[in-house]
Amino acid sequence: MARRVSPARICVSTAAAWLVGFAIFFPILWMVLASFKTELEAFSTPPSFLFFHWTLENYATVQQRSDYLQHAFNSVVVAGGSTLIAMLIAIPAAWSMAFAPSKRTKDTLLWMLSTKMMPPVGVLVPIYLLYRTFGLLDTLGGLVLVLCLGNLPIVVWMLFTYFKEIPKDILEAARMDGATVGRELIYVLTPMAVPGIASTLLLNVILAWNEAFWTLNLSSSEAAPLTVFIASYSSPEGLFWARLSAASTLAIAPILVLGWFSQRQLVRGLTFGAVK
Amino acid sequence: MGRITLQGVRKAFGSHTVIHGADLDIADGSFVVFVGPSGCGKTTLLRLIAGLEDVTDGRILIDGSNVVGVAAAKRGLSMVFQSYALYPHMSVRGNIGFGLKMAGVARPEINRKVEAAAATLNLTPYLDRKPRELSGGQRQRVAIGRAIVREPKAFLFDEPLSNLDAALRVQMRLEITTLQKQLATTAIYVTHDQVEAMTMADRIVVLNAGRIEQFGSPLELYDRPDNLFVAGFIGSPRMNFIGKEMAKRYGAPTIGIRPEHLRAARDGEGWQGVVSVAEHLGSDTFLHVDVPEIGRLTARSVGELGLTTGDRVRLSPDPARIHRFDADGRAIRS
Repeated sequence: MARRVSPARICVSTAAAWLVGFAIFFPILWMVLASFKTELEAFSTPPSFLFFHWTLENYATVQQRSDYLQHAFNSVVVAGGSTLIAMLIAIPAAWSMAFAPSKRTKDTLLWMLSTKMMPPVGVLVPIYLLYRTFGLLDTLGGLVLVLCLGNLPIVVWMLFTYFKEIPKDILEAARMDGATVGRELIYVLTPMAVPGIASTLLLNVILAWNEAFWTLNLSSSEAAPLTVFIASYSSPEGLFWARLSAASTLAIAPILVLGWFSQRQLVRGLTFGAVK
Repeated sequence: MGRITLQGVRKAFGSHTVIHGADLDIADGSFVVFVGPSGCGKTTLLRLIAGLEDVTDGRILIDGSNVVGVAAAKRGLSMVFQSYALYPHMSVRGNIGFGLKMAGVARPEINRKVEAAAATLNLTPYLDRKPRELSGGQRQRVAIGRAIVREPKAFLFDEPLSNLDAALRVQMRLEITTLQKQLATTAIYVTHDQVEAMTMADRIVVLNAGRIEQFGSPLELYDRPDNLFVAGFIGSPRMNFIGKEMAKRYGAPTIGIRPEHLRAARDGEGWQGVVSVAEHLGSDTFLHVDVPEIGRLTARSVGELGLTTGDRVRLSPDPARIHRFDADGRAIRS
């Protein structure tokens, strides 16, 4: 029997949910608002919420000082490229782990996940030296490689849990129906796994887009994605909150739009297996 | 044609052997049921025949040719799974026609065959629905349709009715038997339900702990069980086993009497006991009787005897129906 919930309780929980939602969203809202203020107003106490002199001046300055489109292009290449390569490696890997596991499959999966528990800064120096030796510093290829490897464990795990949910019987039924491995993949498995592959892809794009540690440390100008673009507003000339906010808003805008339109897919992908 | 022969088939998972050398000859067009308790290896044996598991040792012949090492897809068998295993993203039409599509059959031919199969199984109104829009019984029919449309050498059924409710199970049981007789295609059917086995099979294979205990017709198994296991497994309520002194009188370490061969009466000849539980089914009465020096015996009587818990009762066995077993549990034939 369903639990009875009183209307008052519904009101209180709805209000609480909105409150928490607003609290989570507030920093983003504040950043967007600050991007339309003058530097002085961005600093002022008490802060002005909506009633200030709205200006686009910061966006103009930002575009003038640094090439937004170039950074955005780099971000697209790095996020898209690393995701694509990660998927190409992870799909067959997850496939074999889910449908033809060996004695060591579980250990391999855990080992892969354990690499995500290590702080990246622990391997910064060796990776930096390797990149320097092989001429990968500040190259798009170098960033694609490091982000691809960094996100691979998560991608494999997500796809693995997703594939695991596909009943083995269905694959065997296809085999009994005369399907070869290739046709089994095309006609049965892929159509059933598309939602999982799509949500993994999306999440990985978002993770790669937002990744700051490696992109900041391994690129400076040529290959610098939007993270470097934002960071460039917080150092040498002191802090310019309004400009920094404008740069940040520009940097997160594409991913915010992508996230907004794909939220259903994302939630489904992230909670798959947990909720049926 | 669909004659299936197993010669010394053995299956081991690592060091654990689950099938210990099975020999079997399944005649073309016959309905054979593999029955046994859970974990006895019946599903594994079916999967070995299907080609979904690799044989560790031995040969499997289909119409005389060895199929060990031949992919499942190439064996010309079709299978109905316990979970139905329908393709969720395809319509009923797509599901039934998938095997034909894989075989490269032309589309008009596929449509004709799918529609014929759907008509046989009363699925015509549902051809364009997805599996999720069907009831359990309809899904089961789609799975059967998928199997028959390919005109295989043999059907393999892996506990196909275990997910259905009791009434539907009885109905589907009948439908599957009728369909198999109509098509005259060899069928191997796995179940743990001995009633299903007895009612559907031409011949039954009783399996226990990876070994074939007996292979015979339902009545052979019932009347002449080879050993204690088969005697106890086939028949419901199960056979009464009596040991010690009482068995020695019949010249065997253990004797067995089926409940229906123990006549219960309020007085007269036979072993005296006290009714512990009386189960009234209307048509039959099952009496669980405590007999001193023998133990608990079950007797089955037709109709009502008017006996209830605590009543004294006499049980007399039909001497012609007493089964005798040696110390190793094998039947003693006289």
